[in-house]
This record gives sequence, structure tokens and C-alpha cells, in this order.
Amino acid sequence: MNELISQLQTELPDFFGGSTDTALFSTSDGLILTLLLQLIPMALGLALSIPLAFARNATSVWIAKPVWMYTCLFRGTPMLVQLFLIYYGLAQFDIVKDSSLWDYLRDPYCCALLTFTLNTTAYTMEILAGQLRGIDWREIEAAQSLGMSRWKMNMHIVLPSALRRSLPAYSNEVIMLLHGTSIVSLVTLTDITGVARHIYSDTYNPFEPFMIAGAIYLMLTWLITRIFMKMERRWLAFLKPITANSRAKTQ
Amino acid sequence: MMHLYLEHIVAGVGVTLLIALGSLLIAIVLGLFGAVCKLSDFKLLHLVSDAYSTIVRGVPELVWMLFLFFGAQIWLNQLIGWLNGWMEVDSIDIDPMIAGIVTIGFIYGAYMTETFRGALLAVPAGQREAGLSLGMSRFQVFFRIILPQMVVHALPGFANNWMVLVKSTALVSVLGVSDLMHRASLAKSATGNAFGVYLAVCLVYLAITSVSIWLLRLCEQRFSRGIRKAVSA
Repeated sequence: MNELISQLQTELPDFFGGSTDTALFSTSDGLILTLLLQLIPMALGLALSIPLAFARNATSVWIAKPVWMYTCLFRGTPMLVQLFLIYYGLAQFDIVKDSSLWDYLRDPYCCALLTFTLNTTAYTMEILAGQLRGIDWREIEAAQSLGMSRWKMNMHIVLPSALRRSLPAYSNEVIMLLHGTSIVSLVTLTDITGVARHIYSDTYNPFEPFMIAGAIYLMLTWLITRIFMKMERRWLAFLKPITANSRAKTQ
Repeated sequence: MMHLYLEHIVAGVGVTLLIALGSLLIAIVLGLFGAVCKLSDFKLLHLVSDAYSTIVRGVPELVWMLFLFFGAQIWLNQLIGWLNGWMEVDSIDIDPMIAGIVTIGFIYGAYMTETFRGALLAVPAGQREAGLSLGMSRFQVFFRIILPQMVVHALPGFANNWMVLVKSTALVSVLGVSDLMHRASLAKSATGNAFGVYLAVCLVYLAITSVSIWLLRLCEQRFSRGIRKAVSA
């Protein structure tokens, strides 16, 4: 038991950017890197997927088809292949090497951000596009009958409604992305999984490092679920089944 | 030279499919078992299956894979050392392929548990009662009445799980299984054409997912024959 505690004392700080003799979070290894790889692609993906979702549902084939091909490509192949394609594959083109982007594209961190953004955008956009298609015709007719322009209707009625209804499916995607970030340890980055693999290769003991990593991921997953539950309770309250209790409250 | 490598990579589709289908089989069995346990009145079974589906789905596949592959090897060696007190046992190395199949099956069993649980709940209770009232055993009721009817409810979730499962097989290359990804990384080192190599892998995976979508659509048509649809959408 004492052995286990001392082992945890030496190993735990590594997961939070510290070590036995440096302060926690003095480097971005471990938790911070995982969070960065989660939050930046999420934010970019959400921003990109809104216009793309409208494009996906466009009546013009010339707009809708390319977007469809993009999602097909990114949803039909493993994220690991996408990461390797960008990280190892782009380096062999002289145009890429000579361009000013090369400083970024040779950095595994930037490649990971790019891959995850492209990947999560594809999934998020499909979720949103599905909800945009499934919007209740009565909401549209109500907006039209009020004389709203198309832009105004989309911004004030259609999009907010679709975003709300996307929440349950989107929470799954966020968790998938969190779990997906673990593959960056295969391109030399030390996220939570990377730290565990480093400890394993130093000690040849797989139990504690991977259990700690698993526990951190489990807690993060739980946190995401809680946050989305809160958001659903707030923004999807109108979809909640009516119970005797809630009816009494409104009366 | 490149085309020889590409042939070698594409030949790896057999290994990838074997891993995917093998782990799917394990996942279906674990999923059905887990779903039945989750719906049972027996507290302990309920608790265990709840913990299984929550913990497994909360941790990334890669972490599970590394943990189980490296950990199981040590457990096995300890077991053998312990058994050697009584009899002679040779040390065993875990075959990475089997390790991959078992790990992925174990992980997706948890996802299947949730899918099957929802599908089982969607079958009206009256169906079960009707079966029992005809004198069928609980076993017969489950396999002849409930199971065929839950398939149509399980298919959308099942299809989704299968797609994610197929894509997660790319990770077993980390354990050293000679699947598509592993062959691709060897070809990448030999030819230096990483882009071509990984693009080929992409296309193979796209082919697998496209064929899967088509097959699953056929299945859905087959199993929803008895479902009444509204005349106009």
C-alpha cells in the first residue's frame, strides 16, 4: 500500500505538467495539452459548421455536393489516418515546404489541431444540418407569416432551434473528440495518454500510469456529460415531458 | 516499386476486417448480456453492467488497448509463475491480433449494451407476456419473440457503433498487428511517399464504410418489413 502511494506521488504530477521537483502546470504536458486539443478544435469546429451546415442543405448541387464529399471523407476514415496523412503526408510536397505555412505544418501540435478541427467540423456540421432539415414546418410558416426575411428567419428562428436540438448528439461528439485526442501520443506529443506511455516506457509497469490516465479521462467525460445535462435542462426545457409536478409549478 | 507496396497495403484489408468482425461478435455477445443484466431486477448484475458500460465508455480506446495489452501480459506471466508451483507451464506471449480483437470487442460491448438496452425497452411488454401465457419458457420468449423484434430498433445504433468500431481498428497497429495502418507505416518508411500510402489507406476505409452503409440499409429494409409506416411523410 505504501509502495502504491509513493508511486502515485511520483507519477501523478507528470499528468498535470509537473514532476517530483517542478511545480504543477510548469509545462503544458498532460491535462493542459489534452484540454487545448479539445477546446480549440471544438470552438473552430462549431464556428465553421454553422455556415457549412446551411451549405450542406443548399438546393444548389454545386454547393451541397462538395460539402457532402468533405464530410464523407472525414467521417468515413479513422482520425488516426487523417492525422498521419497531414503530419507525414504533407511534408513531401515542395509547395508546402516552401510556403510560409511550413513552420506550422511541421509541428505535430499544429497538425493535430488542424486534423481535429477538420474532423470535428465534419461531424458537428452533419448533426446541425440534420437538425436544420428536421425543423418543424410550422416554425417556418410562423416566421414567414410575420414577414421575416430569409436571413432574419434563419438567424432568429431556424438556427437557434436547430442548435438547441443538436445538444444531445453534440455532447456525444464532444466526448468522441476528447477520446480521439489520445492519438496525438502517437505523433510524439505528451497529452494525458502520452504521459502514461512515457511512464510505462520508463518503468515497464502499465497498471498505475494507464489507470491514472483512464481516471482523468473518466472524470473529464463525466464533467462534459454534466455540463451538457445542465445546458439541455436549460435550453431544451420545452421538450421535457409534462409531469404533475411541473404543471403545478406553472399554474 | 510503389504499386507493390500498395498491393501489400490493400491486402491488409483482410486483417482489418477480421479484427473488426471478430470484435463485433464479442461486442454483440457482451452487449446482449450487458443489456439483459442492466434490465434485470437482480441488484448486483445491474450494478456490474452499469459500471461496465459507464467506465468503458468514459476512457479512450487507445488507453484501454495499451492498458489491457501490456497489463494482461503481466497478469498472464504472474499466473504462469503461480501455476508453475504445481506444474510445468511454458510462458505465453499474447498474440497482438487476439489482444486487439478482445480489447475492441470488450470496449464496443459497452456501447452495444446501451444500444441493445434501448432496443429491448422499445419492444412492448405485452409481447413478452403473450409469449409467457402461451407456455413458452423465458429463454424461448427472449430468443423467439423479443430478439427478432428488437433488431429493427437496435439497427440505427448498431450501424453507428459498427462504423466507429471499424475506424477504431486502425489503433491496433500500435500493438504491432499487421493491419492496414501497420503495413502503411512500413511502406511509408520504405518509399518515403507517406501521402500516397495513407491516401490508399483512406480509400480502403472509405470502401469498407460505404459497403457497410449499403449492407446495413438492406438489413434495415429486411427487418422493418413488419413495421407499418404512415402513407405520406
